[in-house]
Formats: sequence, structure tokens, C-alpha cells
Amino acid sequence: MSDHIVKAYDEDLANLKTMLAQMGGLAEDHLAKAIDALSKRDTKLADVVIAQDEKIDALELQLEERAILTIAKRQPMARDLREIMVAIRIASDLERIGDLAKNIAKRTHAINEQLPRKLAAGLTRMGRLSLEELKDVLDAYTTTDDNKALDVWRNDGELDALYNSIFRELLTYMMEDPRMIGPCTHLLFGAKNFERIGDHATNIAENIYYLVHGQPLREERPKKDTTSTTAFDSMNER
Amino acid sequence: MDAMVNTPLAENAPRIAREKPLKIRARNVDVYYGEKHAIKGLNIDIPDGAVSAFIGPSGCGKSTFLRSINRMNDTIPSCRVTGNIEIDNRDIYDKKLDVVQLRARIGMVFQKPNPFPKSIYENVAYGPKIHGLSKGKADLEEIVVTSLKKAGLFEEVKDRLDHSGTSLSGGQQQRLCIARAIAVNPEVILMDEPCSALDPIATARIEELIDELRQNFCIVIVTHSMQQAARVSQLTAFFHLGNLVEVGDTDEIFTAPKDKRTQDYITGRFG
Repeated sequence: MSDHIVKAYDEDLANLKTMLAQMGGLAEDHLAKAIDALSKRDTKLADVVIAQDEKIDALELQLEERAILTIAKRQPMARDLREIMVAIRIASDLERIGDLAKNIAKRTHAINEQLPRKLAAGLTRMGRLSLEELKDVLDAYTTTDDNKALDVWRNDGELDALYNSIFRELLTYMMEDPRMIGPCTHLLFGAKNFERIGDHATNIAENIYYLVHGQPLREERPKKDTTSTTAFDSMNER
Repeated sequence: MDAMVNTPLAENAPRIAREKPLKIRARNVDVYYGEKHAIKGLNIDIPDGAVSAFIGPSGCGKSTFLRSINRMNDTIPSCRVTGNIEIDNRDIYDKKLDVVQLRARIGMVFQKPNPFPKSIYENVAYGPKIHGLSKGKADLEEIVVTSLKKAGLFEEVKDRLDHSGTSLSGGQQQRLCIARAIAVNPEVILMDEPCSALDPIATARIEELIDELRQNFCIVIVTHSMQQAARVSQLTAFFHLGNLVEVGDTDEIFTAPKDKRTQDYITGRFG
């Protein structure tokens, strides 16, 4: 898009994009490290993720402040306004993703100590899927590619499906051996976290769509997470 | 000229135009100042009971079109208007139409407040008097008070109605001009940058007033302040180089305009 008559306005908007790119980079990095910590049983790496989350939080605050200042100073209209609103919303999604990665890192301690390796494998797979989604949606944002954003939005169902199967698998383990309830609960929360990260990625995708079209995405997203309505049938059978 | 056929509104017509009755309709309007083609083939439907804002860079034709609505352009010898402008389905360029009567139905407020060098009372009473709208002194006084009240000025001037209109502050003068405009009970109020000479507080008062008046009038406002257009209007029309580029619900024009030229102008990108 052509430049503003007031050059400082362009800089304001470019700054927001840069800060968001930084936040996105950090969120991606933390998530990747949390997954590594899980798959390699590296609790030191997990601690790094826990310690670094503050950075994302601080960046979000900074971005919000700059966005508010830009709104006050420039009274943005049309796409500029959407650009700023979307930046604020995406920043909040990224901050949440950071929190979720941190939470996974925290659980890594317990999971690594108490669980046989193969049980955590499904979780790692979910992690990689969620990381891929995050990467793709951040790319879509950087290049303002609404089609790519829509792909992420549609493909999140895969992550949901994986979550369902892990959920059921873990239930079985817990029913077989009550000693597994503690560690499996950690796994379950971990899995839920990855599933939530996918949801945040789809939020970001929806925002990209809104940025480009000026209209919210009105389609219903294909959701495959059925765990909240799963009845504990097998338990009742006993 | 025959009245235009009542064509149904298109699917994509602005929401406000579908919700409110039609007041002003322009079809294929061209305006020339001598050789200069100031407005090119303009078509627009302006709803009643709503505020319509015309925006666009200087020289885009928005004021020219505004002045075609009350035939003020007639006073410019080199000006020529072709096409069709109707108010309530009546062609206003019809040769049989009395221009004075037309202008009594259309109030106008200008950029710079221009009260008559007369008392506040006389400023408002003048119009009703010359148009014979009052049935006597008491009735006239009633019209003056009501108009001043509607313009949100009465409380501030009720003790000095005999003072000169020009003794008021800029914002008050502008509200006096609005009171003067509505005293003749017009149907349409045209405003040509009514706040550009006012401070933010006086501007806010006028905007509040416009919002109240829109219940009973068809208001058309030309403004250079995009924020003002966004705040006060329900319909926005963007003019550029004599073309009406885009008309739409104000909410949409300022958040998601369809035309790139609109987008560039309202976001401050115009070269």
C-alpha cells in the first residue's frame, strides 16, 4: 500500500508490525523449546522457557501502549484501524501461547520423572502440529496472506482429532492403573495446552482474514474436539 | 420534466437508504463552471431523517453538489447544471418551480457563521416574517424561542435577545445560524463545513445538535474532518475529481471502504 502523507504514521504502524514479529518469534521459539524439553527429557531447557516467558509479556504491554498511542495520535481509519486492532488482538493471542508453552515446560518436570517415554510421544506429536500451525499463521500475517491463514484455520481440526485420541488413550491408561492418574493428568493438561495453542493460531488466522477483508470470517470452523462431551462410558460399564 | 421511475433499491444499497424514506435523488448530474467539468455523472439517493456526509479533497465537487441541491449555483452565471435532482420526487430544476419557495424548504449553514447585523431575536424572526409563517407577534416569539431551543442556544441568550447576533462567540453564532435556518421549518438542512471555524468544544455542541436535528430533518453536511463525518453521519459519500467514488453506510466507509481511492483518502495517503 502507498505511504501516508505523514511519514511518522508509517513508522508507527511499521513499529507495531516489528514488535508483533518479535513476539511471534519468541512465542515460536518458546514453544519449540518446550516441545524439545518434552521429547528430549531436558528439564534444563524447560527452565529456560519458564524464565523467558516474561519477555513476551513485556512485549505485549509495550505493543499495547504503542497501539493506544497511535490511535490517540493518528485517529486511524479503515485498514489502518484494522491493522492496529488486529495487532492488539494477535499480541494477546501470542501472549497466551507463551503462557501455554510455559505451562507445558512446567509440567515437563513431572512428566519426565514419572512417565515411560512412549506415553509422551503422542504429546510431542501434538506439540509439533501446534508449532507448525503457529509458524504458518505467523507467516500468513507477515505476508498478509489470507488464503494461507484460512488453510491454518481449516487444518486445526487435525490437532483437535489428535487431542481426542490422546484424551481417550490416557483415560484408558488411568483406568488400567490408578498410579498413572497423577502423571497422566499432567499429560492431559499438556495435550489440552497444545490444543489451545491451535485455537489461538486459528484466532490469529481469523484476524488476518478480518484485516484483509474488513469483515469477520462468518463460516463455522470445523471443530473436532469432542472431549468436553465425552461420556465416561467405559467407567460406567464396570 | 417527468418524475423518474421509482426503481427499487439495489441489493447493495446502503442500509440507511433502505431503512429511511428517500428525500433527495440525483441522477446523471453534471455541473460545469464554464469549461470546467466540476461534477461528472453523479447518482445518489439521500435518505430523510438521517445525516449524509460528503467528504473528499478540496475541489472534488462536494460543495458544488451541495449548492446544486438548493440551486445556489443559479447565482453563478458560468454555472450549468444538467441531469436530474429531485426532492420528494419533484424535479427542483423544473422551470415552473419557485426558487424562493424551494430555498425556504432547504436551510443552509455555512463555514463561517454569518448572522445578520441585527439582534439575536431578529436573526431568527427574519425568515418566518418574510415567508409569512407566523400568525402574529406571540406566534413569532414562539417560533423564535423554539428555534433557539432546538439549536441549543436559548439558555445562553434568553436574557439578551435584543443584543446583536454578532456579539456572540463563534460557536454561538453558528448555533444562531442553525436556529435561523430551522425557524422557517425546512425539510432539508445543508451544512457546508459548519465547524471548520469553531473550537473543539463548540464543534462538539454543533455535532450534538446535528445528532438531535436528524430525527426531524434530512441533513447533508460537507466536512473536511473525516472524524466528524464518522461521528455525525449515517451515510457517507466520497467525492474525488468531480466523481462520486463511493457511497455507503458511514460505519462501513470508515472501517472497510470498497474503493482504493476512498481507502487512500480517509487513511491520509492521498498525494
